[in-house]
Amino acid sequence: MEMAGTELRLGLPGTDSSSSASKITNKRPSSDMINSNDDEPAPKAQVVGWPPVRSYRKNVLQASYVKVSMDGAAYLRKINLNVYKSYPQLLKALDNMFKCSIGVCSEREGYNGCDYVATYEDKDGDWMLAGDVPWDMFINSCRRLRIMKGSEAKGLACL
Amino acid sequence: MASASLPEQVLKHLFSFLTSDKDRNCVSLVCKLWYEVERRCRRSVFIGNCYAVTPDIMIRRFPQLTSLTLKGKPHFADFNLVPDGWGAYVDPWIAAMSQSYPFCLEEIRLKRMVVTDESLELISTSFHNFKVLILLSCEGFTTDGLAAIAANCRNLRELDLGESEVEDLSSDWLSHFPDGCTSLVSLNISCLGSEINFSDLERLITCSPNLKTLRLSQAVPLEKLPDLLCRAPQLVEFGTGAYSSEVQSDVFSNLEEAFSGCKKLEGLSGFWDVTPAYLPAVYPVCSRLTSLNLSYATIQNPDLNKLISRCHNLQRLWVLDYIEDTGLQALAASCKDLQELRVFPSDPFGPEPNVSLTEQGLVAVSDGCPKLQTVLYFCRQMTNAALVTIARNRPNMICFRLCILEPRSPDYLTLEPLDAGFGAIVEQCKELRRLSLSGLLTDRIFEYIGAHAKKLEMLSVAFVGDSDLGLHHVLSGCESLRKLEIRDCPFGDKALLANAAKLETMRSLWMSSCSVSFGACELLSQKMPRLNIEVIDENGPPDTQSESCPVEKLYIYRTVAGPRFDMPGFVRIMNQDAAH
Repeated sequence: MEMAGTELRLGLPGTDSSSSASKITNKRPSSDMINSNDDEPAPKAQVVGWPPVRSYRKNVLQASYVKVSMDGAAYLRKINLNVYKSYPQLLKALDNMFKCSIGVCSEREGYNGCDYVATYEDKDGDWMLAGDVPWDMFINSCRRLRIMKGSEAKGLACL
Repeated sequence: MASASLPEQVLKHLFSFLTSDKDRNCVSLVCKLWYEVERRCRRSVFIGNCYAVTPDIMIRRFPQLTSLTLKGKPHFADFNLVPDGWGAYVDPWIAAMSQSYPFCLEEIRLKRMVVTDESLELISTSFHNFKVLILLSCEGFTTDGLAAIAANCRNLRELDLGESEVEDLSSDWLSHFPDGCTSLVSLNISCLGSEINFSDLERLITCSPNLKTLRLSQAVPLEKLPDLLCRAPQLVEFGTGAYSSEVQSDVFSNLEEAFSGCKKLEGLSGFWDVTPAYLPAVYPVCSRLTSLNLSYATIQNPDLNKLISRCHNLQRLWVLDYIEDTGLQALAASCKDLQELRVFPSDPFGPEPNVSLTEQGLVAVSDGCPKLQTVLYFCRQMTNAALVTIARNRPNMICFRLCILEPRSPDYLTLEPLDAGFGAIVEQCKELRRLSLSGLLTDRIFEYIGAHAKKLEMLSVAFVGDSDLGLHHVLSGCESLRKLEIRDCPFGDKALLANAAKLETMRSLWMSSCSVSFGACELLSQKMPRLNIEVIDENGPPDTQSESCPVEKLYIYRTVAGPRFDMPGFVRIMNQDAAH
């Protein structure tokens, strides 16, 4: 995977910033609520509890099983994302499955000190760092997972 | 006076013809004698807000109940707006009833409540003739609790787990049902996630000759369905498990034959993970179907169309927006008995539409289906003209819930607010009982609602309105209003304080991300001692709020129970110390 693809930029690789405006905000961390005091129209951030679809229903909509590849492993595995309710739960399951230690990006330390990091391919075909977006959004858009060596992920900073 | 001399037995007999709670409540207000007679012979109680009353008050008034229905968390809890730990615990109710109703209580129906394994065990051992357990959108229990119910409730007729969150600890809880025939009529385990022991399931179904409703979980594969259906050809409602498999002609023909054998089948649901090639196996039952829930089925046209157009007697359809406008037009042409339509979004968070579903689809159904009265519709665009047409077509509408995915979306053709369109709905549909608004709306829509929506009982409002005037119109005009839930609207103190008395005539009011100040909450609670004013704030201890600070979330409900004491740290009940 080329490093350019993992570079953090304000836009998707190969697009200009204006056309991808709506796509950017779907990948930002969610803001809790639209501040109705803003004069300018609120950016299209994800709002808690909107649209009003029950989590039960949201969770069931995705394809249940996604492929998981790990650098250096001979076989791919499959896991059912619907079974997990949070990133820590998922990472623990992946740790068990591959007998390794997968780190979560922390705001202070970044990815230093992790043997492996979890990345995923989203609906648009982009490879994303797992952990940025809210869990619900993640399982909606995750198509496959790849567990990468921490050293390869050095180019990925954390917001 | 004749009524004064009627003996209690006669009154009891007369009252036994009154089944609705409303009638019974009226009767108990006539005079003290009638109150006394009625309360002793009341068998079924519905409590729409578990904090409006206490178990003790209920038991003191009604010494012999057969059935209790309890609702807990506010509706917006469905969308994660109510933080975990808020409350709605059923344990105190079960504990109290196990002492007072051991021989009479047979049915418990709960919605949005927290249920523990301890409570389930207590239910299973305390109530000698327990028959019906319905847990809709509940949480807090595991399959261990279900094992107790299965093992101990010898006369169990209905076990419905709704869309509850159940912790799956073991797949063998089904084995706890007794050997020999069970009295099961209805079993809904569709929410369970983990593996199922198939031989237990098969045995249970074979031993339940009265089974009419069976909803399986996703863990039951398609290959198992023919066998299960052949054991229960008398089913009226059936929910499949995962409906996918490699396409094999013998599996298909077994399945088709099994469905053909179900001559009484009227309702189908389930359909997780559908392999379209297996849909035709269901064709033999289509003409008899009145209810079809495909809202988890990611199938598209033409497979979807081919299935639905065979269901000429359909009254209720739940489906994903893969049906698109073309599918809805076909629906309008084939299903003239349709009463209820729910269209859910397949990609609620995607920024661009992934399907061609617009306002046109809903207009088509409103035009073609004369009995359509209940609508839940998620879409990405709407016009005033479409809403006006829908209103004109369907003045018999009772429940209209429209969710335009992008908040504050205007009429996409004229760029105007949708006031005129929704206004037409409330003006034309005089029997409207439930309404959910979305899109760009000003205070004007609330003026229309206050003026016309006289039968409206529940209103849901999000990202709309301009000022307090909007809220004031609703509170002062909607005579039948029972539940009002509001989020992200510029409504504040004035309207609330001016309509304080109205709040006691309603079950509850929810307001989150609005502009109601802490000070107003204090004032309101002083004015209205029979309301619980709950301020929910996860951002910091509510004690540090200044008077003018807007509260994050507000939940107001009438109660005769006084303030509750089971709330977590982030919930504060105003004036709690002063009131009691």
